[in-house]
Amino acid sequence: MTPLPRHQSIFFLIMRRLRAPLILLISIIAISVLGLTLSPGVDADGRVHYLSFFHAFYFISYTATTIGFGEILYDFSDQQRLWVTICIYLSVVGWAYTVGTVFSLLSDRSLRQAVQTQRFMRAVRRLREPFFLVCGYGETGRLICSALDRLGQRAVVVEMDENKVGEVDLHGYAADVPALAADASNPETLRFAGLTSPHCVGVIALTNDDSANLAIAIAARLLAPRLPALCRAESAETAANMASFGTRHIINPFEKFGDYLGLALQSPPAWQLLAWLTGLPGTTVEHHREPPRGKWILCGHGRFGRVMVQALDRKEVPLTIIDRHPPDDVDHRWVQGDGTGAPALNAAGVKDAVGIVAGTSSDVDNLSIAVTARELNRELFIVLRQNHYSNHALFDAFDADFNMVPSEIIAHECLAILTTPLLVPFLEEMKQRDEEWCNWLLKRLTGRFGWDVPTVWSERINLSRTPALYRRLMAGEDITLDALLRSPHNRNEYLACEAVYMERDDDDHLIMPRGETVVRAGDELLLVGRRAARSDLALCLANEHALTYVLTGEDLPGGWIWEKLAGRRKARVHRRLPG
Amino acid sequence: MNLEKVIFGFFIVLAATLNFGFFIGDIDNPSHHDIYELFAAIVVSLIATVLKFGDRTQIGAVHLSTSLVADLQLIAAAMVWGYAAHIAPAGLTPDMTAKIVSLSGGALLANFISVVILIAETIMQRR
Repeated sequence: MTPLPRHQSIFFLIMRRLRAPLILLISIIAISVLGLTLSPGVDADGRVHYLSFFHAFYFISYTATTIGFGEILYDFSDQQRLWVTICIYLSVVGWAYTVGTVFSLLSDRSLRQAVQTQRFMRAVRRLREPFFLVCGYGETGRLICSALDRLGQRAVVVEMDENKVGEVDLHGYAADVPALAADASNPETLRFAGLTSPHCVGVIALTNDDSANLAIAIAARLLAPRLPALCRAESAETAANMASFGTRHIINPFEKFGDYLGLALQSPPAWQLLAWLTGLPGTTVEHHREPPRGKWILCGHGRFGRVMVQALDRKEVPLTIIDRHPPDDVDHRWVQGDGTGAPALNAAGVKDAVGIVAGTSSDVDNLSIAVTARELNRELFIVLRQNHYSNHALFDAFDADFNMVPSEIIAHECLAILTTPLLVPFLEEMKQRDEEWCNWLLKRLTGRFGWDVPTVWSERINLSRTPALYRRLMAGEDITLDALLRSPHNRNEYLACEAVYMERDDDDHLIMPRGETVVRAGDELLLVGRRAARSDLALCLANEHALTYVLTGEDLPGGWIWEKLAGRRKARVHRRLPG
Repeated sequence: MNLEKVIFGFFIVLAATLNFGFFIGDIDNPSHHDIYELFAAIVVSLIATVLKFGDRTQIGAVHLSTSLVADLQLIAAAMVWGYAAHIAPAGLTPDMTAKIVSLSGGALLANFISVVILIAETIMQRR
C-alpha cells in the first residue's frame, strides 16, 4: 500500500523541479545583459557608446524569447555582434533545457496521478447531494452506476484499473461521476473518495478480490459506522469475517442465486414477484416458465455447483451431478465426464430429467451443455450460469429458462437494499407467505402496473419529509391511505401506486395495508408504482395546498392577498355558527 | 557539510551584501550608487528566490516571502532608474536617485530579515 501523493504538494513539486532551469535562465539572461552593457558600440557620430541596462534588457528580452525584432538604438559594433551571437546560443540552450524539464514534468506519472487525485478530491468535496461510494467498476459496478444514474442518485467510483476508470467518462452518465484510479482497500483512498463525507449515504464494495472487499468493509465500519456497507463476498470465510465486523449486507452471488432457485422451485409466484420488484429500473421482466419438480442434473461441481446442490437438496429434488472429479459427498448420483457431450448427459439420464443446471466456470462450456441438453430433451428446464456480462448477446440468443449472471444478481440486490431499505423485510415476509397469496399479489400488481420494472420507494411520515401531512396528523385528523393516495390533479383518480408494506413506530408492521388503514406519524410506507406517482405523492405530502385538495376537494388560494381574503371569509362563516 | 546549504547561504548573504553596497552612500548622490551593483543585486536576489522554491517548511515559506519582497523592491528600483535615465526629461536627478535608493533600502531590510532567519535556522540546528 503506497500512500497517495498529498495533493498540496503538487505546486511545490513543480516548483522544486523547475528550480534548476529557472536559475539557469536567470543566469543566462543576467550574463547576456551584463555583457551587452559592457561591450562598446558606436553611435551615429562615431563616438564610443555603451548600451544602458534598460536597452540591453530590452534587446535580450526579444532575442532570448526568439521574438526577433530588429530595432536598436544604433547599429551594433563587431564586439557587440560577437557577444550577441554568444547570447543567442546561450538563450537557446536555456530555453531548450527549461522546456524539456517542463515537458518531462508534465508527462511524469506521479505528477499526473497527483493532479488526478486532486481533481477527484475537489469533485467529491463539491458534491452537495447524497452519493454512494462504489468501489470496483467491473461489470457489477457498471450496472450499479448506470442504475443509480437512472434513479437520479449520484455515485463516486474508486477502481484499481486505469482503463476501467477511463470508461466511466465514456459511459455518458447523466450526472458527473467522479472516478479515481487507486486501490480501494487503502483507507486513505476511501477517505479521499468521501467515505467520511456527510453526504455519503452508502458504501458498495464490489471488487473482484475478497480481501479488498473485506478491507473496505472494515474501513467503512471503523471510519463511518453509521453508513450502510454492502459487500460482495465469494467465500464463506470472508463473509463470516465481514459479519463479525458488523457489515450489514453481505452479498454472495452464488448463495443468492441458490436462494432464488430454491424460491422458484418452492413458490414460483413469489419468485416472479421478487424478480419484478428488484429488477433494474427501465427494464421489463420476462414472464418465465415455472421450474418443474422432478429429476435434475447439475453440470460442474465447483463453488457455484456446491451451492446449487445445497439449494436443490433443501427442496428435496433428486439430483445427478456431472463432473470430471468426484464430488466430496456421496449422497448424489455422480457421472464422470464432460456435460458438453451427449454421452455423459445420456448417462446422467437427460431423457427423463426435468431440469438441468449448466454451472461450470466457462461460459462456452455452459452454452454448449445447454444446447446439447436441449437437443436431447426438448422439454428440459435450463438454468444457465453466465460468468461474464460481455457474453450477453450469446446468452440472450439461447433463451434459457433461468439465467444466472452474478453481476446482475449483486446489482439487483444492492439497489434494492440501498434505495429502499424497507423492501428487504417485505420480501422476507413475502417468502413466508403461501403460494396462493403470492399469486394473488403478483396478479394484482402486474395487472395494474404491467411487467415493466416498477418504481419502488419508501416514504416516512415525519416533519422533514412530509410536513403537510405531519401537521394535519398532529392536529388530530384521521387520514386513511385510501384518502391519501389520490392524484393532486384530480382527486377522483387514484395515484398509480400501491402501499405494499407499512412499518409502524411500535415495531408493528402491516403487509398490504388496507385502504381504510389510518396513517400515523412515524409510519414508513413501502410503495410500488409508476415513476410519476412518486413525485405526485411527494407533492401531496409536502405541500399543504395539494394535500388539502386531495383530502377535502377544496382549492386553497395561493398568494398572500388571497389567503387573507379567504381567511376573512372563513372567519365570517365561523362567527355565524351557533355557540 | 551540505553543498545545497552552502549555496543557499551564499546567495542569501550575497544578495544582502550587494544590496547593502548599493544602498550605502548619500541618498541623493547618483555617483554613490553603482548601477552594476543594482543589477547584480537583482540577479542574485532572483536566484535566491528560486532556490527557496519547493521548500515546504514554515521557515522555507518565510524565506520565500521575504525574498519575493526584496525582488519586488529591487525591480521597482530598477524600473525607476530606467524611467529616470531614458524617459524622464530631466534624467537621473538627485530627486530620482533618492527614490531609487530608498526602494533598495526597503529591499535591504527584507534581505536583512532573510539573513536573520538563516542565522536563526542555523542556530536552531542541533547537529
